[in-house]
Amino acid sequence: MNKVYNNRAWLLILPMLLLVAFSAVIPLMTVVNYSVQDVFDAHTRFFTGTEWFEATLNDPALQAALLRQFAFSFTILAIEVPLGIGIALLMPKRGWRASVVMILVTLPLLIPWNVVGSIWQIFTRGDIGLMGWSLRELGYGYNITRSAVDAWATIVLMDVWHWTPLIALLCYSGLRSIPDAYYQAARIDRASRWAVFRYIQLPKLTNVLVIGVLLRFMHSFMIYAEPFVLTGGGPGSSTTFLSQSLTTMAIGQQDLGPSAAFSLIYFLIILLVCWVFYTAIMNLQKDKQEKGA
Amino acid sequence: MSDSLPTTPEAVRRRAEAVAAKRRRQARPVVRQWRRTGLLTTYILFVLLPIYWLLNMSFQSNSEILGALTLWPSDFTLEHYAKIFTDANWYMGYVNSIAYVLMNMLISILVALPAAYAFSRFRFIGDKHLFFWLLTNLMAPPAVFLLPYFQLYYTVGLFDTHVAVALAHCLFNIPLAVWILEGFMSSVPKEIDETAFIDGYSFPRFFVKIFIPMIRSGIGVTLFFLFMFSWVELLLASTLTSTGAQPIGSVMTQTKGASGIDWGALSAAGVLTILPGIVVVYFVRNHIAKGFALGRT
Repeated sequence: MNKVYNNRAWLLILPMLLLVAFSAVIPLMTVVNYSVQDVFDAHTRFFTGTEWFEATLNDPALQAALLRQFAFSFTILAIEVPLGIGIALLMPKRGWRASVVMILVTLPLLIPWNVVGSIWQIFTRGDIGLMGWSLRELGYGYNITRSAVDAWATIVLMDVWHWTPLIALLCYSGLRSIPDAYYQAARIDRASRWAVFRYIQLPKLTNVLVIGVLLRFMHSFMIYAEPFVLTGGGPGSSTTFLSQSLTTMAIGQQDLGPSAAFSLIYFLIILLVCWVFYTAIMNLQKDKQEKGA
Repeated sequence: MSDSLPTTPEAVRRRAEAVAAKRRRQARPVVRQWRRTGLLTTYILFVLLPIYWLLNMSFQSNSEILGALTLWPSDFTLEHYAKIFTDANWYMGYVNSIAYVLMNMLISILVALPAAYAFSRFRFIGDKHLFFWLLTNLMAPPAVFLLPYFQLYYTVGLFDTHVAVALAHCLFNIPLAVWILEGFMSSVPKEIDETAFIDGYSFPRFFVKIFIPMIRSGIGVTLFFLFMFSWVELLLASTLTSTGAQPIGSVMTQTKGASGIDWGALSAAGVLTILPGIVVVYFVRNHIAKGFALGRT
């Protein structure tokens, strides 16, 4: 769309800008302020420069949490994206079944995150949970409070349960926007099921998939409530992700300086990855427009 | 089998048999349909099983829960629901949650509508950077803002009020609303605006009378997403409140009594947090697919 150049558009943006600035810029400046100072109390503080940043970057516990975080994010992306595409292909396209399936598939997304943790806590307990009990009856010593592997697998499974619907619904909406004529042409050409997917459906899905991967990456990087409720970060620190390390540091230990430095590094990592994605989206769209023109 | 066309009658027959065999090997449409339904049903069972288990727990008495594993409540009881609806501690959690979610939806949509219009219709100094900055707020981990929010809202005297949580959730909900609405607005042709202005509509009148009704479904979907993300967030909501505006999520974390966790009440409370979501998704079920693609398909 050809947009008109008009700086009065700022007036329309102003109310939004003020509100977001109040809830984003002021707090962020506070964090920046803390990150370069050592605060003892309201009146005693020293300027420390980059000391906290160096300490944070060299902290082995935090490095481990970061690695764990990346491992987690990539694992769930590797499972959720193909699974989501598969579910989207299976979902009925019209009729009452489409509505019912849609509502059922959306269900996990609408549950408060800590309740998701509670649901899986109840579901996987060895004594009262269906899954935990069944696995034990089958002879596997399943225990998420003892075994790091079990805890890790359960959190991945929980995240797949919780967020695959997002990818599925995104892809479903992408698939619905493909005109029937494309499929008819494919049938005339006797294209195989795979060819239809590869050359008709997948190209249409790229756009929504980029949004999906972006959202999933962001949210998995901020994951807090679910593992906190389910495992509390344990056993040991095997499922302690960045959010939880930060919260423990900031609220639990009240280490203002280091936790502020940590916050900024954490935020910058997310920004960096998302910037790459954003640029990728923009370039994709530019390519498309050039092809279309 | 060679790709060239068969020439002798024998070769033709062989070719035909090969093709028929291939057809037989491929599943017939009915079989394929059943396979699809089967796979989808398996996935939906996977989605529903943990939720069913929660429901099952919520109807059992605590002694039955801890006594033996039963696949359905043999001793059906509503005591946990009764407890939640009669204990002010419990039901005020729901009231508080719904209060700040509604407030947040109202604030977000009101400021996001004009902003999204500006982004979809005009170019102006710094528009691209501003849009990216908005999106960065969507990416900000709530944990980063925990401490400053606590101090900020404490200083301005908003701590432990619904407004505090509603404003805090604006951090990610306003950018989200702008993003989704911009997509929907861009799909409305610009000629509509121009025609309305030629017909003598002033901007506010055009916006309310013509433009907003045109993107009704987009607004519905946006409200759904605002509801969803404000309803499910707990970290900020529980940090910014203590007793006066405590959300249901943090009430639930305090069910550890002297005799351990009250599993029955916890399950019943969990079931009740799922219900508002189902109601909301029912209203937007026909537009939700488009909404998930942020209006950009």
